[in-house]
Amino acid sequence: MATSRTRILSGNEACAEGALAAGVRFFGGYPITPSSEIAEELSRKLPRHGGIFIQMEDEIASIGSVIGASIAGSKAMTATSGPGFSLMQENIGYACMAEIPCVIVNVMRGGPSTGLPTMPSQGDVMQARWGTHGDHPIIALAPFSVRETFDLTIRAFNLTEAFRIPVVLLLDEIIGHVNEKLTFPDPEEIRVVERKSGRKINGQDYLPYRVTESGVPPMVSFGEGARYHITGLAHDETGFPTNDPEKIDQLLRRLNSKLDAHRDEIVEVEYSNMDDAEIGLVAYGSTARSARYAVRSAREKGIAAGLIRPRTLWPFADREIGAYADQVKAWIVPEMNLGQIATQVECASRFSRPVHRINRVDGNPINPVDILKKIEDLV
Amino acid sequence: MFDYEQYLRKSKMPLIWCAGCGDGIVMKAMLRAIHKLQIAKDDICMVSGIGCSSRLPGYLDFNTLHTTHGRAITFATGIKMVKPELHVIVITGDGDATAIGGNHFIHAARRNIDLTVILFNNHIYGMTGGQVSPTTPFTKHASTAPYGNIENPFDISGLAAAAGASFVARATAYNAIQLEKLIQKAIEKKGFSVVEAMTPCPTTYGRRNREGTGVDMLLYQKDNSVPVAKANKMDAEELQGKIVTGVLVDREKAECRQEYQNLLDHFSKEGEVDS
Repeated sequence: MATSRTRILSGNEACAEGALAAGVRFFGGYPITPSSEIAEELSRKLPRHGGIFIQMEDEIASIGSVIGASIAGSKAMTATSGPGFSLMQENIGYACMAEIPCVIVNVMRGGPSTGLPTMPSQGDVMQARWGTHGDHPIIALAPFSVRETFDLTIRAFNLTEAFRIPVVLLLDEIIGHVNEKLTFPDPEEIRVVERKSGRKINGQDYLPYRVTESGVPPMVSFGEGARYHITGLAHDETGFPTNDPEKIDQLLRRLNSKLDAHRDEIVEVEYSNMDDAEIGLVAYGSTARSARYAVRSAREKGIAAGLIRPRTLWPFADREIGAYADQVKAWIVPEMNLGQIATQVECASRFSRPVHRINRVDGNPINPVDILKKIEDLV
Repeated sequence: MFDYEQYLRKSKMPLIWCAGCGDGIVMKAMLRAIHKLQIAKDDICMVSGIGCSSRLPGYLDFNTLHTTHGRAITFATGIKMVKPELHVIVITGDGDATAIGGNHFIHAARRNIDLTVILFNNHIYGMTGGQVSPTTPFTKHASTAPYGNIENPFDISGLAAAAGASFVARATAYNAIQLEKLIQKAIEKKGFSVVEAMTPCPTTYGRRNREGTGVDMLLYQKDNSVPVAKANKMDAEELQGKIVTGVLVDREKAECRQEYQNLLDHFSKEGEVDS
């Protein structure tokens, strides 16, 4: 039956569709505004795709079930918002330490605490990077449209399965709830990555945390005959706990080096009008929509403004931004927080030019006019 | 003589447990139960939280998962939902399962998912040095209850029963034969099953409460255990301080993974996938 491949969807619905396209087979979650539509969609669709949906008793349980499901061999995800994301942090660290692939969607709302449940924010950007304790690798992506939410959800699964690093997909309330046209790509056009697991490996020969050239050890699911041990304790190549300083050091450095070794595959940035830009904007998520409009308006007025839009927030696009450190005369970073990424831009541009902040934390989006005004003020 | 070695990761010995600890007795009873059921080692997934008893899976040659404090049941739930053919056994303690993990414990019971929980109840946080736990008896001493416990303890089996578990049983490390039989029944039972294994901690609990050595504490269990049939004829006053042992709950209920399977089968028959 021919069905239309174009639909009007919200970002949350597109996230659920992207997850299915990526092959998600497990969702464990707990209701929270403004993310609940993702759970609702998947509760309806996963059983029809042979997958598992379970509503857990809280967000701690949700991420626990997701990690368990991934260990058992499923592509697994959860979706939440600020308060739930806070509750998940300890087990996100477990997934970093034990290298369990999983996708955590955080549809950001105003914080701290219960904050603004129905209003947008970008206040969890730093939490996404450093929310759990200890030095750990993490990847975070931030889509700016419904279509990109679909694409980046697939990408989130691909990255987590490839590198065994948890991936945080940072939506904000606007992206989660805005309705836009989404033309689905043909399934054969979608690149889907499977974790390197391969064959059954016989009993004791399988070294679960073997140091490999890529830094990413192959992963055998539980129940496939390898009978190994997984722990959140510092462990050696066998997966068992160790207190040997040399082995601990080797583990921690390998875990974190996965980001460095594969940085260029992970970091994605979109540039617009940057070639001759004298005023450089850096914006992400829904705020990038306002920034893009402001840049276009500025160009119409003959002002050389440009936009760098990181689609990957962590690891940060420091080299990409740093490449313009001497070209631009000033930076503008609009964001719905009090300057979490602006600080990163200052570091990335080596403090060579002033970084002007446009911040809103009142639950309202940043108006393109306010960005345009700032651009004009700087000229 | 039962051959325990077939199930052990001997290179991980010696055990971290103290002399006189009852955890090893419970572990051995569990291995005998598993052997009687003839479950292949590949088909067992053992999941634990944090604490003395939660170190157990590391010594056994199964698929073993040592998780975060209190969360073993949540990880186990994910595994069981994805691979229902695995026997998923949760190893946990009184603090792990009913303090920090209390919410997961009661919800897994309510959900009635086919997990077997072996809950080591030693009335104390042993690994961290003997702090008061949700099952430390009233007035007993702990490192964080230096003047005696002023709080009331949980009846863990009662909690599991009230929350909806399919199977609940209690046994002591002293009566290892009974423990083995009850663990066997718990693994066989389809549904959420709990075996509350009473196990002495002479190091951090017994010493502080002048209860003697590990052997003395086992003898205390012997002298104060009451089979459930007898307990049913005793009043509350007579049961004060007694350990009621045996099968406390054994009932048939809808099991959540099977219910989900029915849903999957329905849709796969329908062959309908999209929208």
